[in-house]
Amino acid sequence: MTYIAKPKLHHPGLKPNKLGFTHRDYEGSISTLCAGCGHDSISAALIQACYELSIEPYKVAKLSGIGCSSKTPDYFLGPAHGFNSVHGRMPSVLTGANLANRDLLYLGVSGDGDSASIGLGQFAHCVRRGVNMVYICENNGVYGLTKGQFSATADKGSRSKTAVNNDSPIDLVSLALVLGATFVARSFSGDKKQLVPILKAAMAHKGSAIIDVVSPCVQFNNNPQSTKSYDFVREHNEAVNRIDFIESKAEITADYEPGTVTMVRQHDGSMLKLSKLHPDYDATDRAKAMAYLQERHAAGEVVTGVLFVEEQADDLHDALGTVATPLNNLTERELCPGSAKLADLNADYR
Amino acid sequence: MQPISATNDFVVKFANVNGSGSASANELFARSILRMGVPVCSRNIFPSNIQGLPTWYEVRVSGEGWLGRRGETADFVVAMNPQTWNKDIDSIEPGGYLVFDSTKPLTTQKTRDDVHMLGVPLTRLSNTLEGTIPRERQLLKNVIYLGAVAQLLSMHLETVESLIAEQFAGKDKLIKLNYTAMKLGYDYAAEHLAGKCQLKVTKDDKVGDRIFIQGNDAAGLGAVFGGATVCAWYPITPSTSLAEAFTAHCKKFRVDPVTKKNNFAIVQAEDEIAAIGMVIGAGWNGARSFTATSGPGISLMQEFFGLAYFAEVPAVVFDIQRGGPSTGMPTRTQQSDILLAAYASHGDTKHPLLFPQDPGEAFEFAAQAFDLAERLQTPVFVMLDLDIGMNDWLCKPLQWDDKRKYDRGKIMTAEMLDAGKLFGRYLDVDGDAIPYRTLPATHPSKGAYFTRGSSRDRFAKYSEDGSVYVDNMQRLLRKFETAKTIVPAPVRRDAKEKTKYGAIYFGSTSPAMDEALAALEKDGVHLNTLRVRAFPFNEEVVEFINAHDQVFVVEQNRDAQLQKLIVNECAIDPARFISILHYDGTPITARFITGAIAERMKVTHKEAAE
Repeated sequence: MTYIAKPKLHHPGLKPNKLGFTHRDYEGSISTLCAGCGHDSISAALIQACYELSIEPYKVAKLSGIGCSSKTPDYFLGPAHGFNSVHGRMPSVLTGANLANRDLLYLGVSGDGDSASIGLGQFAHCVRRGVNMVYICENNGVYGLTKGQFSATADKGSRSKTAVNNDSPIDLVSLALVLGATFVARSFSGDKKQLVPILKAAMAHKGSAIIDVVSPCVQFNNNPQSTKSYDFVREHNEAVNRIDFIESKAEITADYEPGTVTMVRQHDGSMLKLSKLHPDYDATDRAKAMAYLQERHAAGEVVTGVLFVEEQADDLHDALGTVATPLNNLTERELCPGSAKLADLNADYR
Repeated sequence: MQPISATNDFVVKFANVNGSGSASANELFARSILRMGVPVCSRNIFPSNIQGLPTWYEVRVSGEGWLGRRGETADFVVAMNPQTWNKDIDSIEPGGYLVFDSTKPLTTQKTRDDVHMLGVPLTRLSNTLEGTIPRERQLLKNVIYLGAVAQLLSMHLETVESLIAEQFAGKDKLIKLNYTAMKLGYDYAAEHLAGKCQLKVTKDDKVGDRIFIQGNDAAGLGAVFGGATVCAWYPITPSTSLAEAFTAHCKKFRVDPVTKKNNFAIVQAEDEIAAIGMVIGAGWNGARSFTATSGPGISLMQEFFGLAYFAEVPAVVFDIQRGGPSTGMPTRTQQSDILLAAYASHGDTKHPLLFPQDPGEAFEFAAQAFDLAERLQTPVFVMLDLDIGMNDWLCKPLQWDDKRKYDRGKIMTAEMLDAGKLFGRYLDVDGDAIPYRTLPATHPSKGAYFTRGSSRDRFAKYSEDGSVYVDNMQRLLRKFETAKTIVPAPVRRDAKEKTKYGAIYFGSTSPAMDEALAALEKDGVHLNTLRVRAFPFNEEVVEFINAHDQVFVVEQNRDAQLQKLIVNECAIDPARFISILHYDGTPITARFITGAIAERMKVTHKEAAE
């Protein structure tokens, strides 16, 4: 934990992105999490992804619940508004915020306790609705802030310093697939090379993008018996694909062997190049993805990568038929029917 | 037994089985009388059930214009439900009338010598309707009794016919069928029951331009006029029809004529917690948002109310109160969520509450609630109840001033930030304890902050420092003082004669109270009254109480919740108050209030004399 404020000076050699922002413009306050916490690596990956995509930092809304993970929105994208809401209820607050202004990029940051225990219902329903967002579950299998109790994602039989978990785990990725999420991925906080392109693809995705990021808790769940430890994940990580995110304006060159790559075009025109690491894996087939996940999980592997993506997904605003103008920009002119209409209506009630 | 003889002043009760399609015929009856220029009030008493259980529709015809429920009895009952026959016949005033289906002779059913039994062979008559199927004949039986009742009460037949024509406009076949059915009943009564009923409706001009509308419908419309764009809700009786009304009015008024896209977003949430979460998310992001719920929903939303109070996020909540606690009496009325709403959530919290007295005020306060929520940056509760929400009430036409602008409260814009205006999210710059807020994405580099439910300083920076926490909590108290100056003021009405007795009441008690006051005055009992319309209570409430020796507080709950809130917030000696409490789930009546106050006054006089 550090308490020294970051210097505001930028190194002159920092490379600006298309909007002229450097990496530093996407940072937030100094993290108060433990040294070595996986969550800080995820914040760094988010900063990297937003910088590379040249997103205007202030046009992002960061929402979270309660827990270590939910504190992190303070530690990236300082120029953006953040909302640290109540435990397990980030999805509903994010849904409401999204309804009010469809033009922002919504980052929902949550943890395994927040999403899989207290907030499982809200997690499920925001996925069902196709809220346009990037939902990141920083998954360490424990409650850090209350000192190390197991959460609902902890594997059966996993051990902490003082206890053994006997309950079956909830796998948010499998759940998201069943619930109709249109972008589902899993990654590892220790694998920035994989996580950054996944985040970029998720940000470009229209609809609910769910990313489960295994993020070891160095304080309470990084012991040799834990399935959420750095060592365990490194040893058992089975990536199904390598992800290259190609922005919509980039020229696409076909320099790959047929059958080894899946190209996915998303709503905004961007392309996702998924190089297959497992020849049979098809990230555009929901049913097969689900079956594959179950098989590999039974074999003790942690399957990572873009697990499923639906190319031209609709979101909640499409379903509701809302106007293009953000609802929070509408005025009396569009909203108030006026006294003449009311007079007609009064006549109907006589 | 002398038959009851009355013109434009009696109570008609229809006892039906729910799911039998009686509601529209019964409502048609009430509207026909209104069209004849005679005021009515109607109350639908229904079970928490879809089909098969008893339901009653009670219409009070009152030429004098009293709009509260008269009492437990009726003068004229249409008994269509064998299950409740005994109860229904018992509820008739001596000398009253009972209309029943006489297709089969009465055998074991209870009868009364002091009630005039008016048999109409409804089933037999319905079987004569050619070209109909059994389900249609079941529905048309309701229209047949409507015809018979119209004849017995000497109603204007053309008025009933024109309402049928309006109801089925464009469906000529249905109009004809309904006319025929109604005429069957009407003619039967004219031929066989002539002169047997001495209750009469005669044309008058006492209705004026008033409208007949349900509170939930009016409140949903008020939310449209008030600029609400986001509605998140979860079905719960008796609030559901508010969200449905909002939806219907939005489809009519809020669809962009060019793009056909919606200037609104309505989400049926997975539960009440998610509903209020969405409302708060939308409010944080600058949209006017609301939810509609009832007591159990308010219980579930508690944690979020604390967040919105402490993080200062606008939200509007309609609480259509029903009988509690727990599941309680879901289809009965009460005013029993007052304390729950006033102090909702853990820690030190308080929230503004509005108490509309009828659908007219429900419309007005619904729209105003959005201004108050944004001005005060806090949740505002509109406290309706089942009686107002789900019954048709006769009230003044709804009005809107086209010059009216929405009060969006203190929102700091990019221009203000660029002009160098100091921004502290929780900084009181104007002395009214209301800080400025920025909306997300206001400015590329200024004005962003992190909203949270944990303690923070005036510049929204996390802090666990005790003095910083106290500074903020004190400001929130001062903000509540500001609220006193902008919530609807109470309405005071003084008696014709000077009196040391006062009475406080609120919400749906209003029409019964009006009538009770007139009755008490006739008996020489004079009371000044104050109708409370909002919490926090302003100085007028304290002044009113201080100006009287004894103050009756009339409420529809067991625990005298409003009185306790007044005692608590205004530091007034509880001995000054006398509670008049009605909480059996039926709407409070003038007879009840008059009786309770008269009795208490006698006791008080006696005590004073001793």
